[in-house]
Amino acid sequence: MKRAYRMNMLKTFTKGGVHPPENKLSGNKPIEKLGLPKQVSIPIAQHIGAPSTPVVNKKDKVKAGDIIAKSQGFVSSNIHASVSGTVSKVGEVMDTSGFRKPAVIINVEDDEWNDSIDTSSDIIRNISYSSQEIVDKILEAGIVGMGGATFPSHVKLSVPEGKKIDTLVINGVECEPYLTSDHRVMLERTEEMLIGVKLIKKALGVDRVLIGIERNKPDAVDHITNFVSEEEGMEVYPLKVKYPQGGEKQLIKALLDREVPSGGLPLDVGVVVHNVGTALAVYEALQKNKPLIERVVTVTGKSLSKPSNFMVRIGTPVKDLIEAAGGLPEDTGKIVSGGPMMGKALNSLDVPVVKGTSGILVIPEREAHRAEEFNCIRCGKCVDVCPMGLEPYLLKQLARLERYEECEENAIMDCMECGSCSFTCPARVPLLDYIRFGKTNVSQLIRNRKQK
Amino acid sequence: MSSIVIYTILSLSGLGAAAAVILYMAARKFKVYEDPRIDEVEEVLPGANCGGCGYPGCRAFAEAVVKAEDLSEFYCPVGGNETMQQVAEILGQEIEEKEPQVAVVRCAGSFENAPAITRYDGPASCAIESMLYSGETGCPYACLGKGDCVEACDFEAIFMNEQTGLPYVIDHNCTACGACVEACPRDIIELRKRNKKDRKIYVACVNQDKGALTRKACRVGCIGCGKCVKVCPFDAITLENSLAYIDPVKCKLCRKCVAVCPTNSILEVGFPPRRKKAKEKSESVQSESKGEN
Repeated sequence: MKRAYRMNMLKTFTKGGVHPPENKLSGNKPIEKLGLPKQVSIPIAQHIGAPSTPVVNKKDKVKAGDIIAKSQGFVSSNIHASVSGTVSKVGEVMDTSGFRKPAVIINVEDDEWNDSIDTSSDIIRNISYSSQEIVDKILEAGIVGMGGATFPSHVKLSVPEGKKIDTLVINGVECEPYLTSDHRVMLERTEEMLIGVKLIKKALGVDRVLIGIERNKPDAVDHITNFVSEEEGMEVYPLKVKYPQGGEKQLIKALLDREVPSGGLPLDVGVVVHNVGTALAVYEALQKNKPLIERVVTVTGKSLSKPSNFMVRIGTPVKDLIEAAGGLPEDTGKIVSGGPMMGKALNSLDVPVVKGTSGILVIPEREAHRAEEFNCIRCGKCVDVCPMGLEPYLLKQLARLERYEECEENAIMDCMECGSCSFTCPARVPLLDYIRFGKTNVSQLIRNRKQK
Repeated sequence: MSSIVIYTILSLSGLGAAAAVILYMAARKFKVYEDPRIDEVEEVLPGANCGGCGYPGCRAFAEAVVKAEDLSEFYCPVGGNETMQQVAEILGQEIEEKEPQVAVVRCAGSFENAPAITRYDGPASCAIESMLYSGETGCPYACLGKGDCVEACDFEAIFMNEQTGLPYVIDHNCTACGACVEACPRDIIELRKRNKKDRKIYVACVNQDKGALTRKACRVGCIGCGKCVKVCPFDAITLENSLAYIDPVKCKLCRKCVAVCPTNSILEVGFPPRRKKAKEKSESVQSESKGEN
């Protein structure tokens, strides 16, 4: 590894990619525990797949870690109370898109935890579970992909028959500008996270683990390398800095030089990818019996007085986080949940933190708005930077003209909405907006076809 | 010299004759029978190719009509009953007259009534904006005002009102083809029965949130209080999910509901100004309904 570092032969993916300004303002800020809010609103759909069904009623007393909504079906996830207190109602809360979604709202009283949870900070290294037990426990603890996609983790660990997995890839890339939550987890919770990696490794029954970290986090690379140097089958790779390296298909290409086929999954090339945050959650679920009820959230922004990394209970309103980071600056133009490239602008500060919230970004007014759009000049830059090898200018035009069959032929569904095309377009054409519109309609088309 | 002329004439007429024979044979062999009535029907159709009938263009509609045994499923919204009568005559069938309709925009969330709380920078398309988030105003059901309906209209019957940010239907031009209804991602536009003198009474709101939430987002949103349901003498108003709906067929345009609506969500269009007497009367109705409570 050290050799590769020196010889400047850093790995990266080959197709496309862009270099947005990194702006990792909170990279050297240790994780702080955020105080408990007065009230939490925990949405019952925080993951991809079927929403869970609430199992608590108004006025029920709950303790932190108690289950409050049960998963429905295989691709779904359990939801747990993140605080102790009384259920004020099973009502609705605004989500990032501004629509009201069902949620369990709890008034916080004290900080009592479910008795089965080990709240001490001792690190338990001994792994005493079989691989099936690990998967069951992950399902029970409601763990989802913490990188932002929130795909239920137990699904990724249940390898269908006939597929062989030979490598586990751990994603510590964090290619989104501004965000530093994974970086801090890798630095501060290294050992716990690596035990989580070992648990995932055991559940999958693989021998080889590759950990990919971008070079802009040299401290994390060194730190983790020290820890895994004696472990067999674990390797750490520093990677060239390029967005969107954190996409699982890009990371697999960078580390293993394998290409996931169009419409396929990493499973098809014998790889499973998990985020470092997920690994930490797996450790806590198995060794500490603690379900996924809190996560690290980066709160950052150029005019924010105190960019920070917070350990936050799920369901805490965003305004509490911003208050703790020094309050909302006067020149705020936009507040984004997630990073600047793929995040979503928030409608209201009452939106709660969910399992997939990796950061809250406060953008000043001068940077918050899009530049005026001009005509496409056919420069082809969007084609150059598309990491999936698509033709964004074409997909945009086809989607605009509602020619969805042709969109599908041109592999619109391979788009992962990284936004590199819109970022790079010199005419400021809102390519991704149209492509996303096309994707929605094409997936509708595919669904209709399946029903027939 | 003359021989050249003769040969030319002979050879060309020979060629012509041979070609004529081949073409005649080909025409016999590959003849496609087409019902002549299709042309006749197409002739009487408006030829707007708007797709309001559900078929891709007037020709396709004509083909379908001629093939069909029963005309009750077919209706040309642009030509209306007059055209359908002509079509029925050609085909020797009888039809029932259908009520003429007009598009109605059921949202009054103008800039003033429902002020914007966020700013949308993306492409000017309602379909894209509604996919992304709940919209610039606080009401997640409201008109987005990007004019997808205006773009969809083939008859210049709907325009954006710059002052309110809402689409405005020109009743005279509207053919009720339904293109705008289809284009609206929020299902705000509805085809309603066209009344005499283009008079209309309708609930200009589609917000299904509870009253308090609606009130917060918009000054003229329906809060689902149910006063109109009580006052309606024709059972034309129903209340579902905190939203009143006036059945355009049952409604007799008595205007009682308009007077009792506390948020002015029910609009009356095309009526002469109320006489004082009527106003007093409606007020007494209001107090009566209060007494019932």
